[in-house]
Amino acid sequence: MTTTTALKLGGASREAFGTTLEAIGKEHTQVVVLDADLSKSTMSLKFSKAYPERFFEMGIAEANMLGTAAGLALSGKVAFCCSFACFITGRFDQVKMSIAYSGANVRIIGTHAGVGIGPDGYSQQGLEDLALMRSLPTMTVLQPGDDIETDRMIRALVTHQGPAYVRLTRQKLPRLHDENYEFKLGKLDVVRRHGTDALLLGTGGTSGHCVEAADQLLAQGIKLTVANVHTIKPLDIEGLVQLAKSCGRVITTEDHNVLGGMGGAVAEALSQHHPVRIQRMGVQDVFGESGEPEELYKLHHIDTDGIAEGVRSFLKGA
Amino acid sequence: MTTLDITQRTPEALSLPPLDGAVPRSIPAKTLERISDECRLDIIEMIHRAGSGHPGGSFSVSNIVVTLVLNEMRHRPNEPHWKGRDRLVLSKGHAVPALYACLARVGYFPRQELWSLRKLGSRLQGHPANLLCPGMEASTGSLGQGLSVAQGMAMAAMLDGKAGDPAFRVYCITGDGELQEGQIWETAMSAPRHKVTNLTVFVDANQGQIDGLVKDVMDIEPLADKWKSFNWNVLTINGHDVDQIKTACQAARDEKTKPTVVIARTTKGWGSTALMKDLVAWHGKAPTRADTDEVQKELLGRLS
Repeated sequence: MTTTTALKLGGASREAFGTTLEAIGKEHTQVVVLDADLSKSTMSLKFSKAYPERFFEMGIAEANMLGTAAGLALSGKVAFCCSFACFITGRFDQVKMSIAYSGANVRIIGTHAGVGIGPDGYSQQGLEDLALMRSLPTMTVLQPGDDIETDRMIRALVTHQGPAYVRLTRQKLPRLHDENYEFKLGKLDVVRRHGTDALLLGTGGTSGHCVEAADQLLAQGIKLTVANVHTIKPLDIEGLVQLAKSCGRVITTEDHNVLGGMGGAVAEALSQHHPVRIQRMGVQDVFGESGEPEELYKLHHIDTDGIAEGVRSFLKGA
Repeated sequence: MTTLDITQRTPEALSLPPLDGAVPRSIPAKTLERISDECRLDIIEMIHRAGSGHPGGSFSVSNIVVTLVLNEMRHRPNEPHWKGRDRLVLSKGHAVPALYACLARVGYFPRQELWSLRKLGSRLQGHPANLLCPGMEASTGSLGQGLSVAQGMAMAAMLDGKAGDPAFRVYCITGDGELQEGQIWETAMSAPRHKVTNLTVFVDANQGQIDGLVKDVMDIEPLADKWKSFNWNVLTINGHDVDQIKTACQAARDEKTKPTVVIARTTKGWGSTALMKDLVAWHGKAPTRADTDEVQKELLGRLS
């Protein structure tokens, strides 16, 4: 099946991050940035060129980078600490002790998230990072669905209090929002209201595909509500319950292990507050592998067609 | 024999210059040694009452902690988050009773609170928790991490100060067994690279760790050579000699191109003959009442 409902492609969320970081650096002199030899990939390079005195190259030593970011933050700086999602959340104990339990205003930026990194294979694919970060008290966990949302999110994080994890993509993302978009941390972002046959949830790399799938299914008479879950923690439980009540069934999609990710968070919340049938689409507790991002999204049924098919079969069986 | 009750004893009155004023404060070594022993009286009592904790490493580090807090660092006990303060990150977080006892002595919290160590609801957690307890600069206790945090604080001071004159100094205390953690050497590599000259690290080299002597568990020597090869200003001192601790602090302040590490050669349990008999056993064991009395009797003998 071909997709006829493609959204316009925007930039990768990491690109938007790099541009916005450079932009906020001028006004917000308390912002400092650390990277671990990946500034060309995480896009923190732009900031490093504009404000070299506030950029700290830490070399290939993520544990030390996280702790150093904590120290900077505990002394009044807002520290953006950048690496690939897998490497930065892989130093979990440093995030737990030096950042979360120390109350440090560190923004942990994990780029190249999920199978979306593609050919590098599983060793570079952060597929557990949401589960890890969600488990820490006080940690805010965010994942923007497009470049515009990334910009608004990074700006909001300058003044936000407490530690935060932001999950960004290597790949370019379909545009969900226009320039008038207003980001509200902790609120579900409803992006389609075709109807209430089911609630379809996307986050990061899958949000755009959810919209495309919903538009495709509309032509087939299946009317969905689609929400972009940019804030995975604290989850908008009130908004979620409201939508689950009107839609009755929920499908979650993510480029992450279905255990402990956005789908897990949604399942935990709804099982307690408003139990409904939930289908969790994503990486089904298997290791990632090499391949082009599009091939991998297709393999894990989180591309537009895969999501549309998943919704159809879920609704048939329900 | 009557049981001692150290909690009823009033410590000697302190007469200190303002703690946010110029450093060093020239408090006589004898005075600082006496205060360290007074802290040890409280430390052993705290750990006994808690029923668990780390007496050996708390005793070995006590002279260093007391000298830093009373003589070398600028801070305000009634305003623990004062921006201009010097920072002390206790990376060997298990020795926190030494820091609690010292901070109570200068007014960060009431001395009576010391007896709540490790108890439900206490601000005095088993390891430092900066969100709960005044005077703790970071949450530590998972070894190897505090040095990175201290480095970050020192970098912030460099950004906030004038060129060549950072806004404050940062002190960090690690253990010797702690140097087995890889993260320590990541920071050992990065601090000279970023010219973090306002960072002074004390290694409390007390020779013991849980599974045995450091040299047997995982030898870290030659320690001075290791740090030198990472381009640090390296000083080796007797870590119980207050005059040597003071001299090292001044040498670190005078060093304008490198971070400083002070390898403080100490003995686990220093200050108590009973504890020093076994460097390994007293790492993480609570003393009985009789043990506590014996330790306190010796300390009181020295203080009288």
